[in-house]
Amino acid sequence: MNFLDQIWLIPMFPLLGAALMLVVGKMLDPQPVSEVAVAPGVEPIFEHGHDHGHPHHHDHTHGHDHTHDHTHGHPHSPLKFLINFICPGMVLLSFIFSAGAVWQLSQQAERVHQVVKFTWLAGLPFHMANGQLATFQADWGFLLDPLSSVMILVVTGVGFIIHVYSTGYMAHDNGYYRFFGYMNLFVFFMLMLVLANNYALLFVGWEGVGLCSYLLIGFYFHKKSACDAGKKAFIVNRVGDAGFILGMLLMLSVLGTVKFTDVNTLLRSGQFAIETGGFGVLSVMALLLFFGATGKSAQIPLYVWLPDAMEGPTPVSALIHAATMVTAGVYMVARSSALFSLTPKTLLIVAVVGVSTAIFAASIALVQNDIKRVLAYSTVSQLGYMFLALGVGAYWAAIFHLFTHAFFKALLFLGSGSVIHAVGGEQDMRRMGALKDKIPTTYWTMLIGSLAISGIPFLAGFFSKDEILWQAYSSPIGSPLLWAVGFATAALTAFYMWRLMNMTFYGKSHVPPQVEAHIHESPSSMTVPLSLLAIGSILAGWLGTPKLWNLPEFFRSFEAWLEPAFTPAIAAAPEAANAAGESSMELTLMLASVVVAIIGIWVARVLYVQKPEIPDRIEARFKPLYTVLYNKWYVDEVYDFLFVNGLSKGGGLALGAFDRDVVDGSVNGVGWLTRFDSLVSIWWDTWIVDGAVRFSSFFVKMMSYPVCILETGRLQTYAFFIVVGVLAFLGFYVTR
Amino acid sequence: MLIDTVLFYVFALLVLGGGLLTITRRNAVHSAISLIVSLLGVAGLYLLLEAEFLFAVQIVLYIGGIMVLFLFVIMLVNLDEAAKERQFSRQWLVALIAVAAVGAQLAWFIYKGRDAFRFAENAAAAVPEAVGNTEQVADSLFRQYLLPFEIASVLLLVAVVGSVVMAKKRI
Amino acid sequence: MHPIGTVHYLALSAALLLIGTVGVLTRRNIVVILMSIELILNAVNINLVAFSHALHAVGGQIFAIFVITDAVAEAAVGLGILIALFRNKETVLADEIDLLKW
Repeated sequence: MNFLDQIWLIPMFPLLGAALMLVVGKMLDPQPVSEVAVAPGVEPIFEHGHDHGHPHHHDHTHGHDHTHDHTHGHPHSPLKFLINFICPGMVLLSFIFSAGAVWQLSQQAERVHQVVKFTWLAGLPFHMANGQLATFQADWGFLLDPLSSVMILVVTGVGFIIHVYSTGYMAHDNGYYRFFGYMNLFVFFMLMLVLANNYALLFVGWEGVGLCSYLLIGFYFHKKSACDAGKKAFIVNRVGDAGFILGMLLMLSVLGTVKFTDVNTLLRSGQFAIETGGFGVLSVMALLLFFGATGKSAQIPLYVWLPDAMEGPTPVSALIHAATMVTAGVYMVARSSALFSLTPKTLLIVAVVGVSTAIFAASIALVQNDIKRVLAYSTVSQLGYMFLALGVGAYWAAIFHLFTHAFFKALLFLGSGSVIHAVGGEQDMRRMGALKDKIPTTYWTMLIGSLAISGIPFLAGFFSKDEILWQAYSSPIGSPLLWAVGFATAALTAFYMWRLMNMTFYGKSHVPPQVEAHIHESPSSMTVPLSLLAIGSILAGWLGTPKLWNLPEFFRSFEAWLEPAFTPAIAAAPEAANAAGESSMELTLMLASVVVAIIGIWVARVLYVQKPEIPDRIEARFKPLYTVLYNKWYVDEVYDFLFVNGLSKGGGLALGAFDRDVVDGSVNGVGWLTRFDSLVSIWWDTWIVDGAVRFSSFFVKMMSYPVCILETGRLQTYAFFIVVGVLAFLGFYVTR
Repeated sequence: MLIDTVLFYVFALLVLGGGLLTITRRNAVHSAISLIVSLLGVAGLYLLLEAEFLFAVQIVLYIGGIMVLFLFVIMLVNLDEAAKERQFSRQWLVALIAVAAVGAQLAWFIYKGRDAFRFAENAAAAVPEAVGNTEQVADSLFRQYLLPFEIASVLLLVAVVGSVVMAKKRI
Repeated sequence: MHPIGTVHYLALSAALLLIGTVGVLTRRNIVVILMSIELILNAVNINLVAFSHALHAVGGQIFAIFVITDAVAEAAVGLGILIALFRNKETVLADEIDLLKW
């Protein structure tokens, strides 16, 4: 079976799954009466028109509560298990095909394979910026190269694991088929995104994952907060997409094509000089594309949707907002490495934005009390690391971190879902504690995940994060300042992760008594995926060990695998400049980050297990700082004021002014004009028209008056004129 | 011949004097009588010019017919109030000037052409006619100028009809 | 004194013509105007006869006959008009008959 030629099937399987859910899903899982909590005053939506007169659940809970929908009495549809086979099965099929295709790709000498199914947007001729005539063509084409192969394995592999988890997590929820349909649709779009061979098709996937994100965040659509979060995600993403489209159009105008291979060929050909001087057109192009990436990958300034996206079910957070969708921006920038390598200024901006986001998000995560919020900000922070790596030219390091992050972040999210499931829907960490012995599998897997993210040696996060920090320090376009901020963020990361662990699993139990009785471990459909991901978190990092350790080739294969896909940032980086000094520096930095991680863990332990009263004292002493951090630096409020209110109020004012001045003004103006016109008419009629008539009579009178005088009616006057005539007549003869 | 000259001047005086009196008298009858005197003078001039037939016609027709008619009408129309009115119109001065100008022009013509009228003197040795003036007139009138004669008769007819119509009280 | 030639008659005729014209233009009484017209016609007759005599042609006299005929007709009709006018307007003054004034 030639998997390489069938890579077009890889997205099609989950699409088929989504289509099946659309068509037959309702039949497989009919919806019973919903008892989901609704916003105050809103009637819940009843299926089948039944009204059982059940009481409303008006849960006025603190924080951001997610009332897990347990309707224990509803009839279990006999065909529901089919959904469990269809949807995860489709993703599994995609995974198998992906694995096969990647294996076959690795056997090839030149590791690039394109499959074009048909021409989607056919040749529209247009003029490029330099006057050349080009033809715009976008195919429905799939490109499999080292970069996209990593991505499809991650998406389908982790996706499959999360699908299996969801069969357990969402078992008692309404909308089961809808959930899986959306999830499959999401996987389809994500695979389209990473397999596309041109920016236009990539954008189709880009938009599609945004759509699915909206659908899945707003899955519990009865809740106003969920609907608002869905809208916020979509709209903020849209802002970024505007930048992406502009960048794509600029690319068309300058390069004349959007196909990856053609773009890379053009950019690597030497036709375009490296824009070290100022901000050239390529820098603007790259910046616009990066702006789109900030929207999708939740960087400053468009990260605000990700924390709110935790309104969606936990598997959604795991899949979309940890492992896959948010990495789309990183993938896109890595794919455009040829472009970014020519624009050092933009790369600097990418690095600065990445590292700023990293420390910014970490600072907020320090004081959040909702377990999913902490993980959300942690995701934003880790994504910042990936962009830092991209910004210093270490493209493979960013993808490596993406790879490892997918494992441990999905693990952490699914684990938190398991914890929430255990304590009956509670998400506030202040009401958890001492769960370590009660949910052991969850505890051990989350422990591994936390160790990984903190950068403890030999786990996945250590290798990837350290590589990034080293590249930030040592790359020709990196700087020690970037390293320093990343280093501080690593310290904060360790601290807040262990704060989470301590508050959740250790210390005193703050779980309310009625919940405590029900604490139970999750079913195997949930724990097995956790274990798989934990194994991945341990092993995944060993593919990218540092050169320093001089391990066999296999343990550095990640970089080697990805190398053909990227254009190096600076053409000839003098590597052997200071080899000895460099290696010692690297070792020093590695040790430093390990030490600081351990310090972070130890401080968290002290504050949250041994002396729990200290955090409250710190909070009291640094109340202003605490408040600022707790309120997320008030960014949402600022955005609200500037854009939301500004647009709605400003729009309202503008509309009001428009209505008053322009619309009413024009109506009034027409009225005035009519009156004015009538005045002119009157004047015209009186003076011009009548005037002409009167003038003609006047003129005739004037002209005729001399003649009238002659006509006296008297005989003798006429006789006199006869004599005068004779006089004249004779006078003629006299003079002759 | 001296007598011709004296007679000419006498008759000329009658003519011009009568004319002047005609146009200046207040009383219309006086004007009419003055006109008769003037016409008599004209008749005398005709005799001097050897136009005997015309002399007779002038007396009989002009004086005996027209002037009598005039006198009848003067009697018919009551001119007493008219005699009390102003007699000359307001344009008398300008009329006088215009007429004087015309007169000057005529005088100039006559003066310029006075030598052109001497043809008759050259043919002084004209054979005295065998026939008399009346016979000559009749001869010419009924032969050469027959058509104008007939037209003149029609004209007289029209005049008769017209004056009858004009004088009717109700047409 | 010159012997009386044609010129004298011409001058006399011209003078009579002028007298008659002055009468027509100046007098207000219509009867006198008509009489002045007779003077003019007579002046013309003198002229014609003078030339007839000078040219030894009788045509001038014939013409003079016709002028007299014309004068007769005109006097008759004119006086008839005068009478009709007097009946309607009670005036014989030319100034007062301005019905055709503009």
